[in-house]
Amino acid sequence: MSLTLLSNGILTTVQDLGRYGARRYGINPGGAMDTKAVRLINILLGNDENEAVLEMHYPAPQIRFDEDVIFSLGGGEFGAALNDSPVGNWRPVFARKGDVLKFAEKRSGTRCYLALKGGFATEKWLGSAATNLKARMGGYQGRALKKDDILEYSEQETEDGSARQIPVTDHQFPFRVSFNLVPRYSAFPTVRVIPGAEYELLSEETRRGFVEQSFKIGLQSDRMGFRLAGKPLKLEKPHEFISSAVSFGTIQLLPDGQLIILMADHQTTGGYPRLAHIISEDLPLVGQLGANDGIGFHVVDINQAEDLVLDFERELNFLKLGVNLGAPASCRQ
Amino acid sequence: MNITPLGDNALTVTFGNVISPELNDLVLAADAVINNSPFNGLIETVPAYSSISVFYDTRKIKARMDKSSSSFEIAKANIQSSLAGLVKVENKETEVIEIPISFAPEDAPDLELLADESGLTTAEQVIEIFLAQTYRVFMLGFLPGFSYLGEVDERIAMARKESPRTLVPRGSIGIAGRQTGIYSLDSPGGWQIIGRTEMEMFLPGEDPPTRLQAGDQVRFIRF
Repeated sequence: MSLTLLSNGILTTVQDLGRYGARRYGINPGGAMDTKAVRLINILLGNDENEAVLEMHYPAPQIRFDEDVIFSLGGGEFGAALNDSPVGNWRPVFARKGDVLKFAEKRSGTRCYLALKGGFATEKWLGSAATNLKARMGGYQGRALKKDDILEYSEQETEDGSARQIPVTDHQFPFRVSFNLVPRYSAFPTVRVIPGAEYELLSEETRRGFVEQSFKIGLQSDRMGFRLAGKPLKLEKPHEFISSAVSFGTIQLLPDGQLIILMADHQTTGGYPRLAHIISEDLPLVGQLGANDGIGFHVVDINQAEDLVLDFERELNFLKLGVNLGAPASCRQ
Repeated sequence: MNITPLGDNALTVTFGNVISPELNDLVLAADAVINNSPFNGLIETVPAYSSISVFYDTRKIKARMDKSSSSFEIAKANIQSSLAGLVKVENKETEVIEIPISFAPEDAPDLELLADESGLTTAEQVIEIFLAQTYRVFMLGFLPGFSYLGEVDERIAMARKESPRTLVPRGSIGIAGRQTGIYSLDSPGGWQIIGRTEMEMFLPGEDPPTRLQAGDQVRFIRF
């Protein structure tokens, strides 16, 4: 049971929802940049939501399935086709032995996820399958995937009938994740933030500059962080901070007045002023951005941020329930 | 003690904004207290120089608690009560870990520069001052297994480079201000490199996965 990469992608790694408990050793959680996409497609397939997936950037690799498998794509939309017949995101797709998955063009987003029903057979490091490129650990031999790599996957449960009894037209099952669960991706989102510890040190004028202007995602942007370009912001007075922990979604103010958003592979600690933090609900929108996209910020309070987390969880429970019942009305198209 | 949100799933308890062994002792005591009796929803703690950050799962805190207060408020209250009356634990007589360093020119590209900048006459003097002291591991961060040690003698303290190197080899020992640190992996970096060790600092197959832990005592010896 395996799949084979027939070509190189620009950056394809095994990820899950992250590695927790090791930040104290300088080991960041890593994991998917868009955790909502990963959770949604794993749940859709009946997997544990933390099951390992492939995170692909465009150009993405061609993938041949060497055994029958049910898979799902989510996140960025890369014009996927299975043996030249188009397959959409957010739905289960049945691939037969020898079928080839290709990606024709980048239509939206920056990262597309591939989940398999049953998951990949990966070896976990410190409790997670996420690839830590810096430590060269986790995922597939601790590195990005390349042409000719073969990834094993778990035994498929298609023979017992449950999946095969659902009619498959053009490979696709006739249900999908409902639209209200799919993040509202945009190449220029306004995302909500809560103030960081040093937000109060900014002048009124600088705070206005933070929320009233839009920023461009710079070219030096990757899984570690996004450099933003905009009108420089300044601190009231120069301030030095002793290094302390930072997080996925922390927005730091650099000495030159520019901002950086820390992303999944961020360093565990930092000493730059923590201006704000992107709320969990909106972080997946940021995880789909790439160089030359734009972003704006809107400040909310922590209660609102937490309520949004719980709201999404409630919606997600409906999807879990629906999948357990075998695709009922709540996730039918 | 100041507690602020670090996003909507973490908070930071700050004891001060200076590097001092006393504050770091408090941080490590707090780390032990929080982890020895974890509250429901605790994910992990990250001790730093003079602060500790606590990551938690909002869903677990809110699920069973009063909906009128935020998870942040609940977690904060929890931590405040467990840290009330926090006293620094008496330092156990920790074994001093010896780390052999090579000061060969290829391993120490900034040694001469540091000697010049500090007004000392030779690199040898820098080495002697550096080796004379026992260092405390204040925290780990930046890279898997990268340790921040201090404090470096004022005479050989030096600001980091204005423009970082694109590659600092694994094992390099650098100085930044009065901190010294060991690059556990090949990495870009801006610290002034004064030597290099062959000792592995990052031990991915072991538990814990790092040679040094916060609170350890270290002595460098000439290799």
